Amino acid sequence: MALSRRTIVLAAGCLVLALVPPIAALTNQPYYLDLFRRMMIFAIAAVSLDLILGYGGMVSFGHAAYLGIGAYAVGIPAFYGVENGWLQWGLAIAASALAAAVIGAISLRTSGVSFIMITLAFAQMLYYLGISLETYGGDNGMRLAGRSRFGGPIDLREPAVFYYVVLALLVLLLVLGRRLVASRFGMVIRAAKSNEARARAIGFSPFRYKLTAFVIAGGTGGLAGALLANQTEYLTPDFMHWTRSGEIMFMVILGGMGTLFGPVIGAVVLLLLEDLLSALTAHWQIILGPILILVVLFAKRGLFGLVAGVETRDG
Amino acid sequence: MAITLGLVLEQTLNGLQYGVMLFLMAAGLTLVFGIMNLVNLAHGSFYMVGAYLATAFTEKTGSFVLGVALALPATLLVGVLVEIVALRTLYERDHLDQVLATFGLILFFNELVAIVWGRAAIFTSVPQFLSGHFRMLPGLPYPTYRAVIILVGIVVAVFLWALVTRTRLGMRIRAGASNRTMIAALGVDIRLLYTLVFGLGAALAGLAGAMAGPVYSVQPGMGEGILIQVFVVIVIGGIGSIRGAIVGAVVVGMADTLGRAFLKPLLATMISPPAADKAGPALASMSIYLLMAAVLFFRPEGLFPARGRS
Amino acid sequence: MAEALLAVRGLIKHFGGLLASAGIDLDVAPGETHAIIGPNGAGKTTFIGQLAGDLRPDAGSIRFADHDVTRLDTPHRARRGLARSFQVTSIFRDFSALDNVALAVQAHAGSSFAFWRRARVEPALRDPARAALESVGLGGRAHVLAASLAHGEQRQLEIAMALATRPRLLLLDEPVAGMGPEESQKMVRFLGTLKGRMTIVLVEHDMDAVFTLADRISVLVYGRIIATGTPAEVRGNEAVRRAYLGEDQA
Repeated sequence: MALSRRTIVLAAGCLVLALVPPIAALTNQPYYLDLFRRMMIFAIAAVSLDLILGYGGMVSFGHAAYLGIGAYAVGIPAFYGVENGWLQWGLAIAASALAAAVIGAISLRTSGVSFIMITLAFAQMLYYLGISLETYGGDNGMRLAGRSRFGGPIDLREPAVFYYVVLALLVLLLVLGRRLVASRFGMVIRAAKSNEARARAIGFSPFRYKLTAFVIAGGTGGLAGALLANQTEYLTPDFMHWTRSGEIMFMVILGGMGTLFGPVIGAVVLLLLEDLLSALTAHWQIILGPILILVVLFAKRGLFGLVAGVETRDG
Repeated sequence: MAITLGLVLEQTLNGLQYGVMLFLMAAGLTLVFGIMNLVNLAHGSFYMVGAYLATAFTEKTGSFVLGVALALPATLLVGVLVEIVALRTLYERDHLDQVLATFGLILFFNELVAIVWGRAAIFTSVPQFLSGHFRMLPGLPYPTYRAVIILVGIVVAVFLWALVTRTRLGMRIRAGASNRTMIAALGVDIRLLYTLVFGLGAALAGLAGAMAGPVYSVQPGMGEGILIQVFVVIVIGGIGSIRGAIVGAVVVGMADTLGRAFLKPLLATMISPPAADKAGPALASMSIYLLMAAVLFFRPEGLFPARGRS
Repeated sequence: MAEALLAVRGLIKHFGGLLASAGIDLDVAPGETHAIIGPNGAGKTTFIGQLAGDLRPDAGSIRFADHDVTRLDTPHRARRGLARSFQVTSIFRDFSALDNVALAVQAHAGSSFAFWRRARVEPALRDPARAALESVGLGGRAHVLAASLAHGEQRQLEIAMALATRPRLLLLDEPVAGMGPEESQKMVRFLGTLKGRMTIVLVEHDMDAVFTLADRISVLVYGRIIATGTPAEVRGNEAVRRAYLGEDQA
């Protein structure tokens, strides 16, 4: 069976990611394990955004809010001594899915410019809410009492174990995501993006499907947030700041929106870039800003398309 | 805290003053949204640039009025430059591209300002002749400077109203807000109109920033905080409409200020003070967003949309 | 006449000061091909919009298949069997021709809350889609990207999408608009094969198409129907000649 270029690229990527912990151990550079784990967590966030942005055409500028909710869903129970990972992560997904349901139900009644502004506004509202929670650190945030506990061999305090848990979740998300976008549900979402009037004229009521997609994306973002809280062992309302939403969005575009795998590359490249640039100068954002503009103006197709071939864009 | 009539009046005026700031920014932004269909996240950067330039010019010339007066055309120039260099290509692009590109502009401007003036917040003081209070009512002093801001806001609102409803330029602007392709077809020089509208919006935002300096502090990123609230104003008021911007700004300004001042004590009369202490500020910060959600529930296109409803 | 499939009564629609629909009454019998003609500015687009569900009338009622659909939105009307084509071709440009039609089939094939099976390999969706494409003559172009199809082929694709939903009423908004003479004839011939098999409401400017296809014609002038009848009757109608065809042309 002939392997397509895309399959080869994906297999290679998976292999590289799986090899990071042993290589980091061999070369005695634990920093890279940490870095790549962080990249994969943001990759999960970016992939969840791609679902509604790349496939659904919903320019949600408040996606970071769900990461924040997920993070606090881990931090707050831990604050009270509840460290059960199943409970925490379950709460993270449920709470962020609920928030997405409410925000989506209101925002999806609008479109275009209004939609962008409303999702942005709601996310900022949650940010201010986070700041006002004095008990949990308010503006400064708080330290995570301890990483989520799962029992058995899964001890997140072991860097490599945590790493492979994240990798497994990322791979699972990608597999499920592929099925989702190719299913009937996925087709409706993509059709509504392509031509909403036409979708309605043939008999689809797009709102319910878009809302469902929004909730799925939100819940997955919450999972990413739970992972992030465990990663940094510190959580602040800054997780929800709208500039974070912009970053995640940029990851999706840079990697290639509407491809699911593209955002993974986007997350890796952007975080690497930030890492490199901030080593050069404290004012690295003045370089990143124009880079962002240039990418948007000239490299819209994204890196995944460049690397794995033109046919990778889903229609 | 005793809720006196004086306190209520004072906070109402504060709400009006804040509403003026919001209006100055919302007016330009809603026109840019409505006519050019351009999502400009960097609008807050003009607010910031206006504040910094006013501070710098005031220092140079020793006069606050001169400082603000110079900052206005300077900010307008910056706006026009940004439009010509960076934004022209974005008019045809979809909203996502505009969002991301202008987001890049924010990062750029915030850092630029930090490089030139440093990251620390700059505190400027109200100019001598405008400091102090005046007797609004017997026993009711109100800061002169804030009253001046309100006055400026009313003047600008009247000026914009006259511009939009009584001049040919205004007619083109209104036509553009409700049907963009039509005015292009009618031969109006679109590029010039766009640049003018954009420059005007930037200048207004700069004015807001220049006046805001003495009241709030001047620092990198100051534009983004108020920008989100400006979005709420526009969503509530309706895209493309100056009238909507006025109404929305007053509503949001009042709701935010009065909420912050009175929600906690009001809640304390209904639930226990410690609970009110926690819930009060949280609810106050969410109040305008809840208001936005309520408006959207009944009128997704806002209160006075320029394009009307089908 | 048997119970009308589509019954419009007193339809009124304002746009600010403009009265676009000034009280429209219309009956369309099942199985007939009913054309709506009228001079520019007569309000045809507004009328179609209200029939399809894009616009809500200010007053009046629309009954479709024995149901009051006046308050129903477009997707609900489509699901009840009202299919339409657009005046300016409206298709899913980034999907293949087959995908386009399969989507139309899917819209009428129950719930789309299915998250696992790959829609592109479902025979329940693909087979009817393929058949519809064949029937309009696009069978060989099934896997071509819709955006890459010729203008005329895109119009055919729209018809295929409408047909795939097994509609009770086909609402065609200027089906031959923008087509050259050969393409137009092809389309008219094809539409002729549909006559009698389903009810068609046809808005058109092309008089050849109208007089070839229509069983009955209604003439819309200034938001009101001033005449309804067979092509011969309408041709001979004094008011119609004055308002539309022009005295010297009749």
